[in-house]
Amino acid sequence: MTTTLAAPDRSALGRPTIELHDVRKTYVMGTQEVHALAGVDARIDEGEYVAVIGPSGSGKSTLMNVLGCLDIPTGGQYLLDGEDVSHMNEAQLADVRNRKIGFVFQQFHLLATMSAQRNVELPLVYAGVPAHERHERSLRALERVGLVERADHRPNELSGGQQQRVAVARALVTEPAMILADEPTGNLDSSSTEDVLGLFRELHAAGRTIVLITHEHEVAEEADRILVMKDGELT
Amino acid sequence: MGFTETLWTALDAIRNHRMRSILTMLGIVIGISSVVVTVGLGQGAQDDVRKEIASLGSNLLIVSPGSSTSSTGTRGGFGSSTTLTLSDADSIADSSVVPDVKRVAPVASTSVSLVNGSTNWTSQLVGTTSAWQQVRNRTLSAGRFFTAAEVASGANVTVLGSDTVSELFSGQSPVGQTVTVDGQQLTVIGVLKSSGTSSTSSLTGSSSSSSSTGSSDDDQAVVPITTEQRISGTTSTALSTVYVEAKSSATLSAAYQEIDSLLLNLHSITSSSDADFQIATQDSLLSAANSTNKTLTVLLAGVAAISLLVGGIGVMNIMLVSVTERIKEIGLRKALGATPSAIRRQFLLEASILGLLGGMIGAALGVGIAMALPSLISQSVTVSPVALGAAVGVALGLGVGFGVYPASRAAALTPIQALRSE
Ligand SMILES: Nc1ncnc2c1ncn2[C@@H]1O[C@H](COP(=O)(O)OP(=O)(O)OP(=O)(O)O)[C@@H](O)[C@H]1O
Ligand SMILES: [Mg+2]
Repeated sequence: MTTTLAAPDRSALGRPTIELHDVRKTYVMGTQEVHALAGVDARIDEGEYVAVIGPSGSGKSTLMNVLGCLDIPTGGQYLLDGEDVSHMNEAQLADVRNRKIGFVFQQFHLLATMSAQRNVELPLVYAGVPAHERHERSLRALERVGLVERADHRPNELSGGQQQRVAVARALVTEPAMILADEPTGNLDSSSTEDVLGLFRELHAAGRTIVLITHEHEVAEEADRILVMKDGELT
Repeated sequence: MGFTETLWTALDAIRNHRMRSILTMLGIVIGISSVVVTVGLGQGAQDDVRKEIASLGSNLLIVSPGSSTSSTGTRGGFGSSTTLTLSDADSIADSSVVPDVKRVAPVASTSVSLVNGSTNWTSQLVGTTSAWQQVRNRTLSAGRFFTAAEVASGANVTVLGSDTVSELFSGQSPVGQTVTVDGQQLTVIGVLKSSGTSSTSSLTGSSSSSSSTGSSDDDQAVVPITTEQRISGTTSTALSTVYVEAKSSATLSAAYQEIDSLLLNLHSITSSSDADFQIATQDSLLSAANSTNKTLTVLLAGVAAISLLVGGIGVMNIMLVSVTERIKEIGLRKALGATPSAIRRQFLLEASILGLLGGMIGAALGVGIAMALPSLISQSVTVSPVALGAAVGVALGLGVGFGVYPASRAAALTPIQALRSE
C-alpha cells in the first residue's frame, strides 16, 4: 500500500517544517478586540505527528488556518519550510497550499456537483497535472482510502465516514509534505473515526507531517506530541 | 490551470445550474434577436425603396406640378394642379431646346373603375405616350405596347399591370379581351411584367413620384393620353407627372438644368424659389426616403440597445448571485490551490459562454423572425451577415463586460472568509 506514497528522505527528519514566532491573530469586533492567537511560538519538525487540543474558542481553528496559509496573521513570523510566508501574495500562497499542504475539514467540504473521483482530482487540476495522469492518481488515492468502487458516486450518495475518507484522499493526492486536519472526526461515529485515524497512522508511517486538531483526548493520544491551546496561547 | 480545465469548470457550472443559466441567457437572447430584427427591418425598408426607385427607369428625371417652399410644403395638390401641361412636355421633348433629353413620357392619370363582365376593380387609368415603356424601363409579359399612331388617334387600347390582370381576369390571358371604363370599351393589347417591387407605400412620403398619385406599378391600366383625356372628360391638358429620360447618367444634371430653366421660362417665373413645378432625380428620391427610414431605424435600434443593456445587467445580476451561492466552493478551490486569477478566469469564462450562447441563440431567433416577418407584414427584412456577427460579438462583450465585476469579487475573497461563510 505504502508504495504509492514516496517516503520523504528519512535523513531529513528533525528539520523544522513549521516555525512560529510570536504569531498573533486579532479580530476587531466593533470596539472589542478578540485575540484568537495571542502570541504563539511553536516548532513542528518534518515527519512529526502533532495533536492540538483545547477548549472551544481557544483558537485551534485559527491556528490551523494560519498554518494552512488560509488566513494571514496580524503579527509575528511564520516560516514554512524555512520560507517566510507573510510576504507572499495570494497567488504564491495558493501555490504553497497546493504543493505543500493537504487539508481535511470537519465539514468535509466536498463539491456536491462532482463525483468522488472529480473531487479528489481538484488539487491536481490547480497543479496543472494533465488529465490522464490526474485520473490515475485520483483513483490510486481513492484506492488508498478503500473507496475506489465509489469513485463515480457523488458526495450525497456517500456516508459521512466515506465522505471524510474521500476528503483524506483529496488531501493526499498531491503527496504533500504536511496534512492539516481540523476536527476530522468531529462529525463521525467511532468506527469511521477509527478508519480515518488509521489512514493518518499510515500517512505518518510514510513520513508525512501531520497536525491534527481535536476535542477528544482519545484522538489526541494518536499523536507523538500533544499541544494544548488555551485563550489563544500554547501551554 | 490551463484553458481547457477552466472551460470545463465553467461548462460544468453552467450545466449544474441549468435553470439559472437559461434565465440568464434569456435576457441576451431577447436583446440580440430584437436588435437583429429591427436593424433588418430598417435595412429591408431601405432595400425596398432602392429597388422601387431603380425600377422607375434609368437616368430618370421626374417632373411634377406644384412647388415646395420651406414654410408651407407642397403647394397645390397633385392632379388638381394645372401648372404642368402637355405643351410643357412637348417643349421638353424638343431636342433643340433640351439637347440632353432622350425621351419624354407625359402622364395624366385618374382613378377609375375597370369592369370585365361582372368583375369590378378600382385602379388607376394612366394616360401617356408610346415612349412611356422605354422611359419607365418596363417589359411586357404578353402582347405589345401601344404605338405613336394609336396615341395620335386616341385608340381604345390598354396595357394592364400584372396585379390588375389577376384581379380582373383571374389567371386567364387578357390579351384580345376588353375591359369597360366609364362605358368605353378598351381592348387589352398587352400585359406589363411585374416591376418586382412590393408597393408604393414606402415612397408616399416623398413629395414627387409616380406613386404619389396613388397607383401601384403593378396595378394600373396604361392607355394613350388622348384616350385618357376623352374618358376623364377633361378638356384641360394638365399632367400629373412628366417622366424624362436623360441621354446618359453623365448628362443627367445638364438635363436637369435645361428642363428647370425651360419651364421657368415657359411659366414666366423669374425666381426659382417661386417655381410651380418640381424636378426629382432617383438620387433625390432615394435620399429623401432613406432619411425617413434612418430616423425610424435609429429609434428602433435604440430600443433594442436598451433591451440589450437590460440583458447585460441580467447577466451581471445572475453572476453575482452565482458568486454568492458558490462562495464556499470558491473558498474550497482556493484552499486547494486556485489562484485569484484562476477563479477570475472561471467566472469570466462562465459569463462569456452565457453571453456567447445567448447571442448565438438570439441571432438564430432573429433570423427566424426575419424570415417569417415578410409574409406577415409585407415588408422585407434584410439581415446582413455583418450585422449578425456584430450582434453575437456584442453579446460576447456583454458577457465579458458584465462578468468582470462578479469575477473580481469572487477572486478577491480570502479562502477562509469564503470557506466560513454560510
Ligand atoms: N472571523 C472571526 N471574527 C471574529 N472573531 C473570530 C473569527 N473567527 C474566530 N473568532 C474568534 O476567535 C476565537 C478563536 O476561534 P477558533 O475558531 O479558532 O476556536 P476553536 O478553538 O477552533 O473553537 P472550536 O473548538 O469550538 O472549534 C473565538 O473567540 C472566536 O470567537
Ligand atoms: Mg474550531
